[in-house]
Amino acid sequence: MAKLFMKGNEAVGEAAVRGGIRFFAGYPITPQSELPEYLSWRLPEVCGTFIQAESEVAAINMVYGAAATGARAMTGSSSPGISLKSEGISYLSAAELPAVIINVQRGGPGLGSIQPAQQDYLQATKAPGHGGFRMMVFAPNSIQEAVDLVYEAPEYADRDRSPVLVLMDGCLGTMMDEVELPPFKELPETICKPWTVGYDGTTRSGHLITPIYPEAGLEGKNKLAVARTKRWEENDVQVEEFMLDDAEWVIVAYGIASRVAKQAILNLRNKGVKVGMIRPITLFPFPKKSIAELDYSQVKGLIDIEMSIPALMREDIELQVLGRAPVYEYGRSGGVLLDDDSTEAAIWKIIEEASSNG
Amino acid sequence: MAEKIYTKPPCLLPLSSGFCPGCLHSLATKLIAESIDELGVAEKVINVLPVGCSTMNSLYWKLDMVTSAHGRAPAVATGVKRCRPDALVFAYQGDGDLASIGLSEVLMAANRGEHITIFFANNSTYGMTGGQMAPTTLIGQKSTTCVFGRDPDTTGFPIRMCELVKELEAPVYVARFALNSPANIRKAKKGIKKAMQNQIDGLGFSFVELLINCPTNWGMSPVQSIAYMEENTMKYFPCKVFVDKTEEEEK
Amino acid sequence: MNKPSYVINLCKSCGLCIHFCPTKALQFGEERNNKGHYYPIVDYAACVGCGTCAVVCPEAAIDMLKGEE
Repeated sequence: MAKLFMKGNEAVGEAAVRGGIRFFAGYPITPQSELPEYLSWRLPEVCGTFIQAESEVAAINMVYGAAATGARAMTGSSSPGISLKSEGISYLSAAELPAVIINVQRGGPGLGSIQPAQQDYLQATKAPGHGGFRMMVFAPNSIQEAVDLVYEAPEYADRDRSPVLVLMDGCLGTMMDEVELPPFKELPETICKPWTVGYDGTTRSGHLITPIYPEAGLEGKNKLAVARTKRWEENDVQVEEFMLDDAEWVIVAYGIASRVAKQAILNLRNKGVKVGMIRPITLFPFPKKSIAELDYSQVKGLIDIEMSIPALMREDIELQVLGRAPVYEYGRSGGVLLDDDSTEAAIWKIIEEASSNG
Repeated sequence: MAEKIYTKPPCLLPLSSGFCPGCLHSLATKLIAESIDELGVAEKVINVLPVGCSTMNSLYWKLDMVTSAHGRAPAVATGVKRCRPDALVFAYQGDGDLASIGLSEVLMAANRGEHITIFFANNSTYGMTGGQMAPTTLIGQKSTTCVFGRDPDTTGFPIRMCELVKELEAPVYVARFALNSPANIRKAKKGIKKAMQNQIDGLGFSFVELLINCPTNWGMSPVQSIAYMEENTMKYFPCKVFVDKTEEEEK
Repeated sequence: MNKPSYVINLCKSCGLCIHFCPTKALQFGEERNNKGHYYPIVDYAACVGCGTCAVVCPEAAIDMLKGEE
C-alpha cells in the first residue's frame, strides 16, 4: 500500500471516510480545523454529508439526529468545543446512539491556548457529560495509529450503540507524517437498522429514539451500562508495554507524551538505567492489569508523564499500584510542549532523588 | 352505526394526550396529525420532539420520533433530514425551547434553508416547568419569574419569531396563526398542511407559528384563556402569512 | 344531518366545545368518564351538525357521524 505524507487532522478525516463515516458536523477551532476543512470537500465526494454547524452544541445535536437514522456520524473539536458538546454526548449515550467524537486537545482550562496539551484526560475518561455514563476513549500516539483507531471507531460505536471518543492533541493533529491508509469498508445497502427511525420500505417502524425513560427504566439502562463497561475492561483494553521485563522504573504515558518519553527511555537505557513504559492506547477501559501485575519486588517507582499539570492519570495509576511503589509525575501544560532533553533530565532527577533517599 | 365522517386521526394513539384540559398544544398536535393523515405520509414522517410540554407527545404519536435536547430540535432535524431526505421531518417546539435556548438553532436551520418544517407553539410561558417567563411573555404579563409582570427595562420585549425568520433569504413559507376560534383553527390547519406539502414538494424550509394558551400557568379556565389570547397575545403577535415563496414559483 | 358523537373517555371537561357551539346544543351532563371528567351531553334537537365542536376539541374526542339523507 502506498505511503502518503499527510497532516494528522486530514489523515483522520480520510480514515473516517474509509471507515464508513458518511455524516460530519463540525465547527472551526484550532488545532482541529483541518478536519472539517478536509471533510467539507471529501465527504461530498463519497455522497456523504458535511455541515459546518453554527456551534459545537448544534454540531453534536446534528450528529444525534443523523445517528438516529442509522447513518455513521462523527464530529470533532478541541477541548472547549468538547465541553460544549458534553450535554449532547450524554444524550447520545442515554439514547444508545453510535457516534465518533474526535478531541484534538489544546492547553487549558478556559479558552486555554491553541497549542497542544493533554488536559482533558479526566473529562474524557471520567465524565464526558453529566449522568455518570462511560465511553470508550482511544489515545493514539502517532498519525498512523490515529488513522487505525479512527478507522475502527465506528465499529465499536455500532457494536455498543454508544459514542466513542478518540483523544488526540494539537501535535498529532497538526504535524505531518508518513501514513498508510486502510481500504474503503464495504457499507451496507441501507442505513436502516431494527432500532433506527425512518421508513425502511416494509413496516412503519414507529420507533422512538430518546434518552427519556421512566425512572426504573433509566436505572435498568444504567445497570446494563455497568455490565457493558465490565465487558470493555475484559475484552477491549489496548496497551503497549515497552522494555518492562527488567524495568526498575516504569513510565506511564499516553499519546504524544509517550513518544517523548520513549526517546528519553532509549537514552537512559544507553546509560544503564533500567526503565520501561506502559502506554495506554485505550484510556477507558484503563489498562489496570499492566500496572497491577508489575513485579513490585523489582520496580522501584513509576513516573506519570503527561502534557498536563497536574498529571491527570495519576490517581488511576495509584489505584493499581496500591502503595507497592512510589508514583511520581512530570509534565508541562497550558500549551507548553514536553521535549526529550527536559523529560530525560526530569526522569533522571526523580531516580537520583529516590535512590539518595535510600 | 352511522358512518364516521370525522374521527381521531389514526397517527395519534387512541388515548388522552398528556396535556392539561383545554390546552391548545393538544389541538395543534391534532391539526398536524390530521394533516399527516390527509396527506397520507404517516409512514414517511420523522417527528423531532423538543423539551417541554409537547415532549409528552412521544407517548401520543404513532410515528417515528426522535426527542432532542432542549432547544436543539432544529439541529437534530437537520441531521435526520440530511440522512433521510425522503422522510417528512418536522419539529414541534414551545417558546422556551425555540425562542430562548434554541434561538440560534432555529435561525441557522432556517438560514441554511434546511428542507424541514418547524412548528412553533407560542403560549408566552414555560408550561412544563411551571410557568416561568419566556422570551414571548408579554409586557406586564405575570409569571413565576416575573411575579409583578414582565418589565422591559430588565427583561426586554416579547420576541416576534416570524418577523425574525422572514428576514432570512432561504425560508419559503413563514406564517403565524392563532388557535383561538373555529375560523382561525381552520386557517391554521391549511397553513400547517401547506407547510408540510412544501417539504413533500422539496421546496425548502417552512416555519409556522401557532398562538396558543396555557390555562394552567396563566391561572385561567380554557375559555377565559381564549379571551386573554384575543385581548393580549393576538394584539402583540399579528397573524398573517409573512413569506410564501411557493406561490411565486408556481406562477 | 351529521351528528357529533363523544368518545367519552377522551374528554377532559375543558368546555371549549360548549363555548363555541353556535346553537348552544351542548351542556355538561351528570356523568363522569373513567378519568373523572364530566363530559357534555348533546341536545340533538338544537344541534345543526356543523361540526364546530369536533373542530375545536383539543383531544379529538368528538367523532362526527354521517347523517341519513
